[in-house]
Amino acid sequence: MNTKNRSTLTAIWDFFCSLKLTIITLILLAATSIIGTVIQQNRSPQEYLQVYSETTYKLLNSLQFFDMYHSWWFLALLGVFTINLIACSIKRLPRVLKAVREPVLVASDSLYRTFSNLEEHVVAAPVTEVRETLRNFVAKGFVAPIITEEGDKIHLFAQKGRYSRFGVYVTHLSIIIIFIGAIVGNVWGFKAFVNIVEGTAANQVWPRGSEQPIDLDFSVRCDAFSVTYYEGSNRPKEFRSLLSVIDGGKTVIEKRPVIVNDPLSYGGITFYQSSYGPAGDPVFNFRVRPRAGGESVDITARQGQRVELPGGGLFRVVDFAPSFQNFGPGARLEVVSKEGRRNSFVVLQAFPEFDVQRGGEYIFSLVDYKQRYYTGLQVAKDPGVWIVWLGCALLVLGSMVAFFLSHRRIWLTIQPVGNRTGIKLGGTAHRNQPAFEIFFDEFKKKLKAELNA
Amino acid sequence: MTSIQLFNIVTIAYFTSMVLFVVYLVTRSKVVGIIARVGAYGGLLAHTAAIGLRWYESYQIPGGVGHAPLSNLYESVVFFSWTIVLIFLILDLKYRQTSVGAFVVPFAFLSMVWAQLQLDDAIEPLVPALQSNWLTYHVITCFLGYAAFAVACGVSIMYLIKAGKEEKHPDDSPAGGILAIFPSIRILDDINYKAIMIGFPLLSLGIITGAAWANYAWGTYWSWDPKETWSLIVWFIYAAFLHARFTRGWVGKKAAVLSIVGFVATIFCYLGVNLVLSGLHSYGG
Repeated sequence: MNTKNRSTLTAIWDFFCSLKLTIITLILLAATSIIGTVIQQNRSPQEYLQVYSETTYKLLNSLQFFDMYHSWWFLALLGVFTINLIACSIKRLPRVLKAVREPVLVASDSLYRTFSNLEEHVVAAPVTEVRETLRNFVAKGFVAPIITEEGDKIHLFAQKGRYSRFGVYVTHLSIIIIFIGAIVGNVWGFKAFVNIVEGTAANQVWPRGSEQPIDLDFSVRCDAFSVTYYEGSNRPKEFRSLLSVIDGGKTVIEKRPVIVNDPLSYGGITFYQSSYGPAGDPVFNFRVRPRAGGESVDITARQGQRVELPGGGLFRVVDFAPSFQNFGPGARLEVVSKEGRRNSFVVLQAFPEFDVQRGGEYIFSLVDYKQRYYTGLQVAKDPGVWIVWLGCALLVLGSMVAFFLSHRRIWLTIQPVGNRTGIKLGGTAHRNQPAFEIFFDEFKKKLKAELNA
Repeated sequence: MTSIQLFNIVTIAYFTSMVLFVVYLVTRSKVVGIIARVGAYGGLLAHTAAIGLRWYESYQIPGGVGHAPLSNLYESVVFFSWTIVLIFLILDLKYRQTSVGAFVVPFAFLSMVWAQLQLDDAIEPLVPALQSNWLTYHVITCFLGYAAFAVACGVSIMYLIKAGKEEKHPDDSPAGGILAIFPSIRILDDINYKAIMIGFPLLSLGIITGAAWANYAWGTYWSWDPKETWSLIVWFIYAAFLHARFTRGWVGKKAAVLSIVGFVATIFCYLGVNLVLSGLHSYGG
């Protein structure tokens, strides 16, 4: 490899190792992300053309602004961000590993000169005595020191929190783990939905934006669906589906209630309560009593279906509301008498005798009704989700370590000065130096008192 | 006493505290500074009691309405105000810089005023989507993060005022007048950094608990919904801030500007998304 190639490679490497690149990438990611919150994402061309002119639409479309978080340029930005993260870590990690694995046990004079908190003492006690005093003092006030003897000099080294240096790298690694989890989920997982009518089962689900269903190895039956409301209000309290799972002809899960915030998982696939709606027309049970007296009869009718009345004539349910003007379920009926007279009126389930005052030939009361519903379920398979959670846990842990812990080191050197003993000490923290200074000032003060005692 | 009445007292306490912090800037009277702090502590105490009382009140309403008071815009603004004062007082224990109060307590006071004058304070039952323990974890972590950013923003404003003045009149430094009572720009820079150091892991936790909840309720931990995206934008900005500290040319003024931009984005994430944009996150929280 000639020098020119080498220097180009070095330049590229330096470019990706640069912190300036990190800051610029982060700011670009932040700024471009705004686009997708202002322009609605993944709508149909028709919807966009209602908002934008054709030229604007074409321009935005060519820039992939309608699915910008998956556009080539946004993914490229994330790619640069990832490479930058890895390059920075690779560049700095060996130095950190060395600092952790091979601590500097002996502080040279040049190292001492870098400390602004350097302190020196000369005491009358002999070297061996001072050595014991200092060892005990450091062990008590900080942590047991490592002692290195070098000629007539004795060096003490003590450190705390050396692993906190890895906090930053754990944080960086965690982001890559999250990305890996997201990719795993995208490649081997799916997001789909399925509507299941009460009493029926489904073994296919439909991915979003696709006509091709995904076959499941099992089927899911919706046994019942219900909505409940808070007392005296229209605010829904609970959407509940009773789901059963049938696998290989056997019912493996029976009538498990599934509500919002409590999904059902089976075979790595999870079903989430998402929506609901009526399936077909409701079926009504009426009790019909001739005004003239006589037996009342029970009649079942579907909405719109013409049903004969016992003494001739017909009726049908024209309309139905689960909550008719706050009186509860109400049905609008149309009766056609033998003579062909039409008559339309409302019956309410809550007031069985309400129809008496109408004065018609028959008195109708609505006993009950059955409306079948379908439950709308989100269906997700995401084998990468646990990788993502692992990454998230490491992200929080790593950033806490990086921010709140630091690698603190203290060096002491003892050496004879004539027939007295000289002591030199200094210390440093790789982060949050001011907090360390407060501790170290106190440490030095106590040490001085100890030496004078 | 109802929680609403107690919240009124809280607002008055924060108003008093805010005024006294400003008076302190002018008079530099130690006593005024102490009373201003007492106002903030008293307000926080009453505030805590009022939130607890509202929680209790929600359980007194028939029909299974009871829930932690973190479910609508009114409750979240009130809680935001509480977290701002809490984070401010925690940082104040360490730094003891009285003048900072004049730039942070107003955020808490204005939140309370807005909540009480403009927002609907009715206790509403929870819709099914919000019936989850994740609600509490998610809201608490997010708002503690937001509050730390509010403190950082207040301090950054002080930084820019002081640094700007010192640049203009380098001769008569240290800056005279009200500015003399500001902490040195070194300390302001340090408080800014510390506040963001507290806020960043909390915001991360807030985003993660939100993602975990979304995954549990809808089956997707991330769907690029505007709220999610804006929280990520905020995260990007503060991540840039934290890396800027290790880069020459990005410390000092630029860092302070980044901190203010970060807080503007935070406020947009919190309020703007709900008021301006549309999406899944339309509970007002």
